[in-house]
Amino acid sequence: MTALHGLGADSQVALLFVTLFGLLLLVSAGAGLLALRERSTPQADRDTRFQRELRAVWLGAGVFWLAWISGPGGATVLFGMVSFLALREYVTLLKTRRSDHRSLLLAFFGVLPLQYVLLGNRGFDLFSVFIPVYMFLAMPVVSALAGDPERFLERNAKLQWGVMVCVYGLSHAPALVLLDFPPHRGRGAFLLFFLVMVVACAQIVQTIASRRLRRRPLARRIDRAFSLRAWALGVGAAALLGAALFWITPFQAGQALLMAAIAAAAGTLGELVMSALKKDAGVRYWGNTPSVTGAVGLLDRVAPLCFAAPVFFHSVRWYFQLQA
Amino acid sequence: MSAAEMMGLLLSAVARLITGAQGHWKGCPPKAEQRIYFANHQSHLDWVLIWAALPRELRATTRPIAARDYWTSSRFKHWLTREVFNAVYVSRTRAQGATGDGTDDQDPLGPLVEALRNGDSLVIFPEGTRSNQGLPQPFKSGLYALAQQFAQVPLIPAWIANVQRVMPKGEVVPVPILCTVTFGAPILLAEGEDRRAFLDRARQAVIDLQPGLQPGPAHGPPADAASTATAPMP
Repeated sequence: MTALHGLGADSQVALLFVTLFGLLLLVSAGAGLLALRERSTPQADRDTRFQRELRAVWLGAGVFWLAWISGPGGATVLFGMVSFLALREYVTLLKTRRSDHRSLLLAFFGVLPLQYVLLGNRGFDLFSVFIPVYMFLAMPVVSALAGDPERFLERNAKLQWGVMVCVYGLSHAPALVLLDFPPHRGRGAFLLFFLVMVVACAQIVQTIASRRLRRRPLARRIDRAFSLRAWALGVGAAALLGAALFWITPFQAGQALLMAAIAAAAGTLGELVMSALKKDAGVRYWGNTPSVTGAVGLLDRVAPLCFAAPVFFHSVRWYFQLQA
Repeated sequence: MSAAEMMGLLLSAVARLITGAQGHWKGCPPKAEQRIYFANHQSHLDWVLIWAALPRELRATTRPIAARDYWTSSRFKHWLTREVFNAVYVSRTRAQGATGDGTDDQDPLGPLVEALRNGDSLVIFPEGTRSNQGLPQPFKSGLYALAQQFAQVPLIPAWIANVQRVMPKGEVVPVPILCTVTFGAPILLAEGEDRRAFLDRARQAVIDLQPGLQPGPAHGPPADAASTATAPMP
């Protein structure tokens, strides 16, 4: 451990990625070997599902690595792209009208790039308020100028919400990488890694717990699997993992426990909100094959991050009193 | 690589970035055989979407129809349709054709027949014009004439979804929204089938491909919507 602390920030981050990809390789190799044996149909189904999830994890890890090696500019462009694709998926499911065209253009080609430019320049103060304060006004103004009162509030509220989730929320993930403060200089990748690990851990434990435990759904019509017990178990497991990982973060063990719990709670609750939204839109997955979107279901994968990242980011900034 | 090929790659990349341009081959696989695709027509982007949804190998032999007066009016438009898309030019009216280069254009379908004789595949929009109200308008008879003359060429219906939201009439910048092109099962002209009956059947084949109409658990109405729908019934 002391040897690890002796390394420079860059070597530590390099080690992080070597470990990450090494683990993934092991898991993939194991899954590949397991796929060779004879299986029953439900088992095979489960395996295909697992393979698909594994591919998503590989992709996520790849994006993470690219974001790191390409520096602030690269990370900005890369996550900007992910934001773009997520927002595209979200807007597809809205019932947009002809008069929404200009405000949609503003969201895609104005708000989104500007937010990421602010991020790339590490203008974190404006970055934090640009969308919720300035664009909160600008988008409905553009919409009003289109002169269509039909369902005005609904159309604008939906677009605002989508921009908050897909652009504002998601842009906080690379912001963690770019967050540079004295006790933690050059180690931003660890913060994002920490966040993703604890949120993923909470999701996995919650899923397993809700399968294994007797449970009473909290909101039956939104998500049958969501129960208080499973959720608490997930958050608890994430908190413990966070505490165990404290040495990669700027936190003490106790702080890491708390931060992990906050992030995990935000992520899993965000997922619940997303399932409510999907129920409302009448789809099961974002981008399911029978529906018109038919794409990758990207929003499903990034949604927990969209909610957890801003909460985590602002908790960190507030706690360390950063004036970045 | 020539400029035209590069332009083609660029255009299909942009189409994919903006719309996804997903091809769903529901009724037939993508295959290198001569085909006539026919689809609903809602936007200028329709052709680009179908073209981008096709596998790259099929793009070179699949040709759109372009109105000669509009698409040859500037050098760029002419280059784009001729070199990149390899379009088949038709004259919109017989009168215009006659003022053009004489007897070739007497029959507006002439260039199409010639392209099919050469073994190329075609994409046609049998409504003749763009419609922006939901269902397609009645089909024009050109499809029937081609089906009669080329009975061995499969006619593939296709539904292009969502594209009218990407670029409504009068706007120039497209909004990123996912679109799909659903290709259905080939239809054939039945022995002695009436012209109107065939055209209506072809139109119905296109309409049936709408993504919203496909049965599937993911697309069923949400539970509460179903209950309110059934509530007034005794």
